[in-house]
Amino acid sequence: MADNLIQIRDVCKTYHRGKMEIPVLQALNLDIQEGDFLALMGPSGSGKTTLLNLIGGLDKPTSGSVEIGGQRIDQLSETRLARWRSRNVGFVFQLYNLLPVLTAQRNVELPLLLTGLSGAERKKRALTALSVVGLEDRATHKPAELSGGQEQRVAIARALVSDPCLLICDEPTGDLDRKTADEILDLLQVLNRDHGKTIVMVTHDPKAADHANHRLHLDKGSLTAEIPA
Amino acid sequence: MKYFSLIWAGLYRKPIRSFLTLASIFIAFLLFGLLQSVSRAFESGVDLSGADRLIVAPKYSIVDLIPLSYRNQIRQIEGVENIAHRTWFGGTYKDPANFFPRWPVPAKEFLEIYTEYILPPEQKQAFITIRTGIIAGRSIADKYEWKVGDKIPFIADIWENKDKGPWVFDLVGIYDGKDETVSTDQMFINYDYFDEYRAFEVGAVGTLILKISDPDQSAAIATQVDAMFANSSDETKTSTEQAYNQMFAKQMGDIGFIMTAILSAVFFTILLLTGNTMAQAIRERIPELAILKTIGFTNRSVLLIVIAESVCLSLLGGILGLVMATMMIPGLGASIPFFIGLEMNPVTFATGVCAAIALGIVVGLMPAFRAMRLNIVDALGKHV
Repeated sequence: MADNLIQIRDVCKTYHRGKMEIPVLQALNLDIQEGDFLALMGPSGSGKTTLLNLIGGLDKPTSGSVEIGGQRIDQLSETRLARWRSRNVGFVFQLYNLLPVLTAQRNVELPLLLTGLSGAERKKRALTALSVVGLEDRATHKPAELSGGQEQRVAIARALVSDPCLLICDEPTGDLDRKTADEILDLLQVLNRDHGKTIVMVTHDPKAADHANHRLHLDKGSLTAEIPA
Repeated sequence: MKYFSLIWAGLYRKPIRSFLTLASIFIAFLLFGLLQSVSRAFESGVDLSGADRLIVAPKYSIVDLIPLSYRNQIRQIEGVENIAHRTWFGGTYKDPANFFPRWPVPAKEFLEIYTEYILPPEQKQAFITIRTGIIAGRSIADKYEWKVGDKIPFIADIWENKDKGPWVFDLVGIYDGKDETVSTDQMFINYDYFDEYRAFEVGAVGTLILKISDPDQSAAIATQVDAMFANSSDETKTSTEQAYNQMFAKQMGDIGFIMTAILSAVFFTILLLTGNTMAQAIRERIPELAILKTIGFTNRSVLLIVIAESVCLSLLGGILGLVMATMMIPGLGASIPFFIGLEMNPVTFATGVCAAIALGIVVGLMPAFRAMRLNIVDALGKHV
């Protein structure tokens, strides 16, 4: 049995809008094993993205602990958390979030700018990542010259290029047609199965969730049930 | 350097906006280069003045005259080695636009005192002996294609001659400066001929020029001179040549103040314009900056990237403006020969480059702080 990569204990998250407090996550506990592919589902406002942000180190819990790979990331400073993200997490978003004036290769190279690699080595690794997602022939294209599916592949290549152990995917197929969405989900499955990446994916789409190994359901900030995949 | 692609991407995102901002910075630094050079040209005229020369001028106005006979009394003062004088001639050479300073001077004494003007011995002698003789600086002679032996006519404006006709002089010499800091854009007229032929004010001169043996005695000698003519109908005000030149420049307006005022207005406008442009550019890129932070760029990295972008734009526009000013200055100097040593000084250029960097930092600081403080979750617009 694989070890737990992610351990979340008694996590609460409350947002403040003026004087109003909005509790989003309540005493949430969750373990995710290394090499798992987990789909988080639930209605809008249930706290899926908030949970994803806590796992990805983009936000901190109001209380409770978030431990990933043995590290309490909720206790890290902003700067150390940024460095931790650059080494351990790849992010894939619904709207791809590529920099429009950079080519696909330059977009993929972005996380490598934070390393001490030479320009030639960065380029080599970016092209390798693009070849993993089947886009080595689009390296010099800018996002506006790519289809939605290709843009998302570039975003996945960017998430992969620094070889993180964890991929955080927030509605990665939400802006794609069914066929392209299936291609992207197949790619994520390959990354999970063949490259050993642990993937946590938020989705509304049951068909997308079918590609995961497990499904968890969130409602009103609490995990309500594990749905067999 | 590895962030250059990111910085370039920021600038290239809206090329027209970046170009227009660059153009406004370019114009500001072109003005800076030109105006600072003009201001320095005024100052250099002052700095080049001899420390061992005193100017005895009319007390109340530079347009008044003083009697040449004062020379004999001043000569008695201990420490006064030599005395020359000069008077503003004015006049028009062919066209009023052909402006350059022309001064009737006593040839022998003047050349003894102003040793920085170099001309061959035979031309020096000709200037002393030929009553209608004039000498012109090399830049004037080159500009108007004069050569020794030419007759040079001038239409009178201040100084009518006894025939109420044009003044015609013989060019007997062309002088060079002893080094490149000495202006060669003036013309000197043999005073004896001028004084004899002018229709009025015979025996009066604009200023007396005293060569003194010890510069440390300048204040004492100046006091003695002015005391000598106190309560006369032509009181004097004696000062060092440097102080006199400064006073002369101030009578034309406080050039330094005018330049500073113009440049302050220009840079304040550029500060607002560029600051607004940078702020807008950062506002539009909030999701992109949030992504950079998401993938691991620290707050400090984002701050520096935004400031570097602003400094790059400002520095590029600044250097282009200063280079253009450097290219334009020789033409400007040729059209306004009164400016002594009009050139792009390396200090002016370096000051401009520093100002461009400072402008970039000041303009980029606010948007950079905003980018640095960006909350990723808020910027990506996803709370729940």
